[in-house]
Amino acid sequence: MNSPIRGVLLLATAVLGCLLTSAALAEKNLAGVWTGTYSEDWPDRFPGPELGDYGGLPINDADRMRALSWSASLIALPEYQCRVHPSDYANSFADIRIWEERDPVTEKLIALHLQHFAWQTRRTIWMDGREHPPEYAQHTSMGFSTGQWDGQVLTIHTTHLKEGWLRRNGAARSDKASVTEHFIRHGDILTWTVVVNDPVYLEEPFIRNRDYKYSVDNQVANYSCESVVEMVRAPGYIPHHLPGTNEDVKIFAETHGIPYKAAMGGAATMYPEYMKVIRSLPVPPPR
Amino acid sequence: MQSLSVSGICKRGLLVALGVLLASGSHAQQQDFSKVKIEALKVRDNIYMLVGSGGNITVQIGSDGVLIVDTQYAELSDRILGKIRELSKGPIRYIIDTHHHADHVGGNANLRAAGMTVSGGNVGGDISDAGAGAQIIAHENALLHMSSPPAGQPAIASAALPTLTYFTPKKDLWFNGEGIRIMHEPNAHTDGDSIVYFRQSDVIAAGDVYVSNQYPFIDIANGGSIQGIIAAANNIIDLIIPVYGQDGGTLVIPGHGRLSDIGDVINYREMLTIIRDRIQDLIRKGMTLEQVQAAKPTADYDPRWGSSSGFWTTRQFVEAAYKNLSAPQGK
Repeated sequence: MNSPIRGVLLLATAVLGCLLTSAALAEKNLAGVWTGTYSEDWPDRFPGPELGDYGGLPINDADRMRALSWSASLIALPEYQCRVHPSDYANSFADIRIWEERDPVTEKLIALHLQHFAWQTRRTIWMDGREHPPEYAQHTSMGFSTGQWDGQVLTIHTTHLKEGWLRRNGAARSDKASVTEHFIRHGDILTWTVVVNDPVYLEEPFIRNRDYKYSVDNQVANYSCESVVEMVRAPGYIPHHLPGTNEDVKIFAETHGIPYKAAMGGAATMYPEYMKVIRSLPVPPPR
Repeated sequence: MQSLSVSGICKRGLLVALGVLLASGSHAQQQDFSKVKIEALKVRDNIYMLVGSGGNITVQIGSDGVLIVDTQYAELSDRILGKIRELSKGPIRYIIDTHHHADHVGGNANLRAAGMTVSGGNVGGDISDAGAGAQIIAHENALLHMSSPPAGQPAIASAALPTLTYFTPKKDLWFNGEGIRIMHEPNAHTDGDSIVYFRQSDVIAAGDVYVSNQYPFIDIANGGSIQGIIAAANNIIDLIIPVYGQDGGTLVIPGHGRLSDIGDVINYREMLTIIRDRIQDLIRKGMTLEQVQAAKPTADYDPRWGSSSGFWTTRQFVEAAYKNLSAPQGK
């Protein structure tokens, strides 16, 4: 092979190598343990949301009715005690661990795996272009997720979710929902954005953000749950409030001086301009 | 065993299925089956769920042959049989009918004809056709409904009728290396419902006492009740042992809808119990059916479970529940 041809081949190889490298660099490495930052939405995350606080949730009338029927005693039933948070909610709590599954020969990314501290749930985000299963396949709390890189943003699409919740005080998210997530890494900070589309219970898509900090020393702790009979109930008993009888839902509004209507959520309550509306609404008497 | 081609048994089965369809008093509507595709979903190693039109079919395969739960419509039998043959070449030994409705038993005659009953010894020698056709198992009340069609409707051909019935709370069977328990769920979707529990595979074929796609059809005319459906859901929940986190463990094949586990059945039971309690409360307040309908006791569940048109509407569901709960015995 003469020198000019060899030179062209070397150049072509170099260009190809650079292209491949830059393509690989477009995929951020998300692997590691990420610690939740709790400066945002603390009351909603660890102490738990208050009864009757649905503000900022774009729920429709049907979901509001479900929320007002919900009784916190439900989670005392053994079959409810260890129900895990769905994947569109579980990230809100504590730390997460992310690791990669790569083809050992090609190094191509097959899947990302994500473990939540909360209930120790694990989910798989398939990165190999596979299709979602048919509708009649099993639905799970984690759902079926596929991902792709949009530049340096990991975008995930999830279907096959079981019924879950938008907020763990009775605001349901249906099993007809689909979810889009974005994982965005800025150095040691990871931002998770989740967009919930629920044709059953939402007036508009519901969007939530959470931030994490990369952890060098931390590990995700074990989380176990064992169902027990906490009180003897009649077989088949389901705690709930009949329509119009739930007095618990007033506590949040009366404690914080927030108009009842504003606490009941709806798409309008998500937007800053709703503050003007709140000022025009009657404030409930303090508790 | 008499040899029959798939197309042959289907032609013969059309007539039988028509009778079943009319006699069932439900789902009696014209359907176009030409575009229906039968698809198989693997549930466990030797258990599959077949999806097409009508009730889901459960197929258990193994060295003993094939056992199926429900048979959908006769018009689909050739496609169903074709799909079963992709899974197993073994003989169809047993068909279990979860209840008598046409969308679940329409293919009985065709699939029975394609199978072979376990038979031998003196019986096999003395009665030449003793092994012809698969055994069809059902609760006695299902047979009664199928063999006693309402006045003016044609009788169902004997080839489509159950050949082995039970009237006790349960019937057990050992097939393909596992115990199979068939359990009666009294006065639920009908008065002849069976659920089928594959103990080693840890799968329950629920029939229409559990559906995941709409409010359950309460067939009052044939002994159904909302209380019975709730009781059946509770029985299924009692049978289920979930894995940690409740995604998996015992799997449930619904009469209609998607493959499920405990979380889905719990949500279904919760929905029905809450609606039952609301309607019962309105009845206690002296409301008429019209007043109860106007109160919309299902409004929060309707976007997920309800329908304003078709075979089974939300209004029909509320009406059936109202009639059950306002009856003297509370059924």
